[in-house]
Amino acid sequence: MALLQISEPGQTPEPHQLKRAVGIDLGTTNSLIATVRSGIAETLPDTDGEHILPSVVHYGEQRVQVGFSARAAALDDPQNTIISVKRMMGRGLDDVKALGGLLPYQLVNGVGMAQIQTRQGGVSPVEVSAAILRSLASRAQETLGGDLDGAVITVPAYFDDAQRQATKDAARLAGLKVYRLLNEPTAAAVAYGLDQGREGVVAVYDLGGGTFDISILRLEKGVFEVLATGGDTTLGGDDMDHLVARWMLQQAGMDESAIDASHQRIAMVEACRAKEALTSEAQVDVCLGSWCGILTRTQFEQLVAPLIDRTVRAFKRVIRDAGLKVSDIDEVVMVGGSTRVPRVREQVESFVSKKPLTSIDPDRVVAVGAALQANVLAGNKSAGDMLLLDVIPLSLGLETMGGLMEKVIHRNTTIPVSRAQEFTTYKDGQTAMVIHVYQGERELIKDNRSLARFELRGIPPMPAGGAKVRVTFQVDADGLLSVGAEELSTGVKSSIQVKPSYGLGDAEITRMLQDSFAHAGDDRDARTLREQQVEADRVTEALAAALAKDGQSLLSEQEYTILSADLEALRKCRATADAKVIAAEIDRIGKSTEVFAARRMNQGIRRALSGQKVDDLEKF
Amino acid sequence: MVDLTQNYFELFELPVSCQPDQQLLARQYRALQRTVHPDRFAADSERQQRLSVQYAAFVNEAFHTLKQPLARAVYLLRLAGREVDMERNTVMDAQFLMAQMELRDEVSELKAQANPEADLERLIKLVDDDNTAYFNQFEQHWQAQELEQAETIVRKMQFMVKLAAELAQLESKLLDDQPLNDE
Repeated sequence: MALLQISEPGQTPEPHQLKRAVGIDLGTTNSLIATVRSGIAETLPDTDGEHILPSVVHYGEQRVQVGFSARAAALDDPQNTIISVKRMMGRGLDDVKALGGLLPYQLVNGVGMAQIQTRQGGVSPVEVSAAILRSLASRAQETLGGDLDGAVITVPAYFDDAQRQATKDAARLAGLKVYRLLNEPTAAAVAYGLDQGREGVVAVYDLGGGTFDISILRLEKGVFEVLATGGDTTLGGDDMDHLVARWMLQQAGMDESAIDASHQRIAMVEACRAKEALTSEAQVDVCLGSWCGILTRTQFEQLVAPLIDRTVRAFKRVIRDAGLKVSDIDEVVMVGGSTRVPRVREQVESFVSKKPLTSIDPDRVVAVGAALQANVLAGNKSAGDMLLLDVIPLSLGLETMGGLMEKVIHRNTTIPVSRAQEFTTYKDGQTAMVIHVYQGERELIKDNRSLARFELRGIPPMPAGGAKVRVTFQVDADGLLSVGAEELSTGVKSSIQVKPSYGLGDAEITRMLQDSFAHAGDDRDARTLREQQVEADRVTEALAAALAKDGQSLLSEQEYTILSADLEALRKCRATADAKVIAAEIDRIGKSTEVFAARRMNQGIRRALSGQKVDDLEKF
Repeated sequence: MVDLTQNYFELFELPVSCQPDQQLLARQYRALQRTVHPDRFAADSERQQRLSVQYAAFVNEAFHTLKQPLARAVYLLRLAGREVDMERNTVMDAQFLMAQMELRDEVSELKAQANPEADLERLIKLVDDDNTAYFNQFEQHWQAQELEQAETIVRKMQFMVKLAAELAQLESKLLDDQPLNDE
């Protein structure tokens, strides 16, 4: 078969230095970072040997602390200690308030999203998440001995566009290059699938601190195809703690709404401790102030039964969405700390009539899967046959007449996807059209989530129904949407990278970057230059490899000469130490290599299929 | 610069047909995605990544069009030069409309039932079988190049697919333990 080995476009044929690539599980309660070393994916410990980093950030008088030290501050200084920030990502003030429970913060309406008032001023959930990411990244930098080349960051499969965008913004703020946002259940499936070469239909049941995901995948010859996904971004172990805390407050005769933030936090901590103890004990002593009592496992299970029931209903629904029956499920993978609760395992087991897989630590499995994928994406390991085909979790559509939702892309559609729909004007002489983008499953837009709104102007006056406007939705491999609109008779265009209604504008991100650099004593210009140089290196490396491999066969002599000169020009330009000049040169070369890039893709397609045919022949 | 004029069958190197070999289609699809998917270009330049998103989206669209019977039928008509405008109202034959009305009545009755599971399942199967039968009729007309008749069948399939979606939604509401008639 040696003659038929064809390396993929985009992969450098010659051996190269290994990239420092990491997988990050940015969790509600805890976060982890993992990498592949000597072929083994493992989570990285801090200097104290702790792998887990509590997703807690404390804004102190002098400094910002992350992790265990921050968590220790939570009891004394709850209002300046941010926990479970993931639940606020990409959400407006009303959404966050609707999370209910016992949030001890002062929330204010910030630009684009809710902010938490701390003694260091208002901080957005994106900034808090960036602080957690920075802490993890610096741990990996120390372990791996240098700057990170890129990261795969996991998100709940059920995260919507705004929540994904917020996560990506946080990474950008933390100075991380994001190779991919990877859905948590898919990451877990990769960890189990690659580890043990599994095939068949796998369900991933992921109950974390604050989110619940359920995904059904088909694993076949290295392809991980997500068939359907579902869940609830406001359901997790936190909610179990809330229920237990509420029960204790009632037992203690305290009024939940009357106690202060500090006591609320004490109740939550005690509730969490009780929950954890009950995974191995039949009962546990609990105390709150002067009140002490006993919580039995049976009582606990009664308290949380409605939550577990909700997860099983979501499980049923997603099996149906996948077009399958319960009996079609070959394996169930358990992910997330909350699957340690025995009742959760029992109920899942009785639903699928199979013992769930728990052999990989449910706290670490997502980070491990993300590291494996990061290693492949960085080009460290030939991807071989591994391919992840994921889906969007929620339908995307537009507002049409009467406040109705017209779905353009349905949930569980494989990404990337690009789809266009044509609309027309409803009034005579109408010259503008408001494009209002929504995400969700309900028929009325008011029941769905508004993602973005923009206008297409300059439509020439025509009778009602005369203009034809084509709206194109494109969702990339991170699950992020961009929308374009074009009037077909005149070619008037408008497009936006969807900036969610509860997202940050570029201006805010720039301001936050500046703030964070001022904080870190870093220089923004130096940082921008570094970023452009890294991109220039990426382009140079890829173009050099492409020219060496396909330059002779796919380019005319003249074209080859031009592109070789471009390559040299970019190498020289990189040394100018002027970020703007480098950016302009990257852009120019991008345009000049467009045709070559497309020819290489087309060649890749032809070869992929002819390779297939040869494989077919070999079977006979 | 994806070659958007490329015909989906050519893309997968399959003969133009009403019943493409689904196993071969799936295999060719995976081979193509292994080549063009953005995961192959994650460490590449941003421009290359955008190009790959376009290719991968095109391959996905092509695959799903050839996989689903209704989408495939509409696409086959388009290849034959007949654009089916689904929004346009056309007169359907009386027999079909009667059958539709009866089906819709059954669905409404379903919503009023206390335990509709069994009837729901029966209806879902009925609609499914009808769809298969219509697709077979479509194939006959298409092969005989009777495009107008073929288009009429496509419109009927459209009705049935909508009904199937409604039934799926009812089933989903049942799973949510919601009352069926909360419109």
